[in-house]
Amino acid sequence: MDHGFFERNSLVLLIGILIVVAIGGAVEIAPLFWINGTVEKVQGMRPYTPLELAGRNIYVREGCYVCHSQMIRSLRDEVERYGHYSLAAESMYDHPFQWGSERTGPDLARVGGKYSDEWQRAHLADPRSVVPESVMPPYAFLEKTPLDYRDIADVMRANKAVGVPYLKAQIENAIADLEAQANPNSDGIDAFRHRYPGAQARDFDGNPDQITEADALIAYLQMLGTLVNFKTYHADAPENRR
Amino acid sequence: MTVAAEAPQSPSRLDLAVFPAVLGLGLVAALVEAARSPDPAMVVQAWTFAACMLGTGIFYLVRYGDGIPAEERAGYANDVVKAGVIASVFWGIAGMLVGLIIALQLAFPELFYFPDMAWTNFGRLRPLHTSAVIFAFGGNVLIATSFYVVQRTCRARLFGGSLPWFVFWGYNTFIVLAGTGYLLGVTESREYAEPEWYADIWLTIVWVGYLATFLGTIVKRKEPHIYVANWFYLSFIATIAVLHVVNNLSLPVSLLETKSVSLFSGVQDALTQWWYGHNAVGFFLTAGFLGIMYYFIPKRAERPVYSYRLSIVHFWTLIFVYIWAGPHHLLYTALPDWAQTLGMTFSVILWMPSWGGMINGLMTLSGAWDKLRTDPVLRMLVVSVAFYGMATFEGPVMSIRSVNALSHYTNWTIGHVHSGALGWVGYVSFGALYCLVPWLWKKKQLYSNALVEWHFWISTLGIVLYITSMWVAGIMQGLMWRAYNDFGFLEYSFVETVVAMHPYYMIRALGGALYLTGVLVMAYNLWRTVRSGTAEAAAAPALLAAEAA
Repeated sequence: MDHGFFERNSLVLLIGILIVVAIGGAVEIAPLFWINGTVEKVQGMRPYTPLELAGRNIYVREGCYVCHSQMIRSLRDEVERYGHYSLAAESMYDHPFQWGSERTGPDLARVGGKYSDEWQRAHLADPRSVVPESVMPPYAFLEKTPLDYRDIADVMRANKAVGVPYLKAQIENAIADLEAQANPNSDGIDAFRHRYPGAQARDFDGNPDQITEADALIAYLQMLGTLVNFKTYHADAPENRR
Repeated sequence: MTVAAEAPQSPSRLDLAVFPAVLGLGLVAALVEAARSPDPAMVVQAWTFAACMLGTGIFYLVRYGDGIPAEERAGYANDVVKAGVIASVFWGIAGMLVGLIIALQLAFPELFYFPDMAWTNFGRLRPLHTSAVIFAFGGNVLIATSFYVVQRTCRARLFGGSLPWFVFWGYNTFIVLAGTGYLLGVTESREYAEPEWYADIWLTIVWVGYLATFLGTIVKRKEPHIYVANWFYLSFIATIAVLHVVNNLSLPVSLLETKSVSLFSGVQDALTQWWYGHNAVGFFLTAGFLGIMYYFIPKRAERPVYSYRLSIVHFWTLIFVYIWAGPHHLLYTALPDWAQTLGMTFSVILWMPSWGGMINGLMTLSGAWDKLRTDPVLRMLVVSVAFYGMATFEGPVMSIRSVNALSHYTNWTIGHVHSGALGWVGYVSFGALYCLVPWLWKKKQLYSNALVEWHFWISTLGIVLYITSMWVAGIMQGLMWRAYNDFGFLEYSFVETVVAMHPYYMIRALGGALYLTGVLVMAYNLWRTVRSGTAEAAAAPALLAAEAA
């Protein structure tokens, strides 16, 4: 065909461009939404608690993802350094995903439970006080800043609207659950444990007087990568081979 | 430089009713947000946006208050291109300065962090750097050059009356909104697409205006054929529109909050983001700047484009293949293998159309190679194409699985990006700016060719230091992460690899400082060129009078 046809007709050129660039994306992205097994069936995954979700929002706000990945690749050294390689299921409630692209600092996909709350607190406030060679910025303001959680139910509602299976009771009791998780001596703790079985509840920032941003961020960090029950996950099972 | 006189436009123009109305609506929406929002970040963003709307409104009042200015009655639209040139230089310096600051933060964390000032932390400044250099500097260069090129190659004035001005101010409003948002911690955390939902909506409106300006000008062209540079510009504008809209699909938590949640999650979200991310490189930083190459190199070398056939082949293959390459950012991750393999395969294929463009650019100098000795601006343009060739060879290599296993997550990626960004995008932009300023301000020549030489050599040294240090750092990092000792244990703790980066972080910062110095030299040279007295005899007096007013 004579290329002059495209060069003489601006709309033909525009439509030609749009068709040509649509193909690749359509073929690669669209099937991920319907091919079974894109996301593995696992046991243990649950949506974030309100406090963890608030912590995750701080993680996003501070741009932690620019230096820390949350995606352990299926390579021997990574599995030995960080733990089981990351499954797609582990980020299926992440709107948006936080896989990252750089490791200026280490991967955080399974950082939950690796360090004490006290270590996390000290490290966030002044990273070089516990890791002298670190190049991480200091986040001393987190434990001084009260957590702003007035809109946490709205955040959960928006997550539910895009597919996170929050229950009605979880959204209605969002604020009570958030306060209970940071203060396990409160009355609401039983209801919280009932709504989020197995979730860790304690005063994460060591300051029982108020719920700070450090409470939320540490609650989030301490649950990262701890949900999936790998005793019941068989990587070699046919349904998990992709 | 003359264009056939167009029929004088009637004094009552539709655009002068429409765009002030859009600005007014924007202002009202911003004031309502500022008054009603319980979110402190949204209040600041709303006032910022209101100020931008007001500022643009005042611009309209000053420019059009006394009727249609002479500049818009005949000839090409040059004022808006001039504004784009000035904005490009300003944002270039700002963005590279932020880059230097964050490089220094990694090299000297004790000196450049401030524990109680959240907005100065690396996590907030890094998106500011990337957005400022890619979208503020690169975007303004693309808008300015595309507006310049499309008029000359179509022999038609820009379409839409004041529409190009709306695009210019609207785009820069988006930049300000995005940049101040990052400092406030407002981000969607999607790399190179961090701005939140309301900024995304505003950019969509502006981008439709950009497409209308560009396509409208092509539609009313007086040349039978659409010139090759315009194919590339058009593919850049159209594809970025698609990428921007799909990747930013998100649900605001409330219309009064900055926060939104993305429509997709996890693995689907990751591939959507890197489909976007890689094609922001492919269409913003490649196709758009190839448009610059296809106009400015033939013009400066005074030679025709080397091969028409190669232009056609490499244009269509480039835009077809680029779109597939996104998954190479997700090798060995939880993305299904079939998608990884497709991404890697097409990334390797991409080498060919990329080099098709490089060959077409370089070979355009056939018969004019001697000019590289005498014209430092042409040399800058040609070296940019050489860097383009180098970066587009390195990219396919890095997307091969076994190479990527080593390079991913390391500073090698940073080095790769900067060989493209500093060498290709930077140099081709500087070359275009050095051409445009004398042409637009009607000067015979630049203030000083010697200063262009200085710029060239200082920044070349900067690039060499930057990319070699990051190559060494990245490969060392990758090797240390996977090193085993004799007992079969991992040899290094993570923090040992951080320590090993220190000398390279310092060299990188030095390289960045040199590159920024070069840009400052350029800014001075361009400034003196504008202020110099040797006006070109051919300059239209009416035009100059209009500018002085």
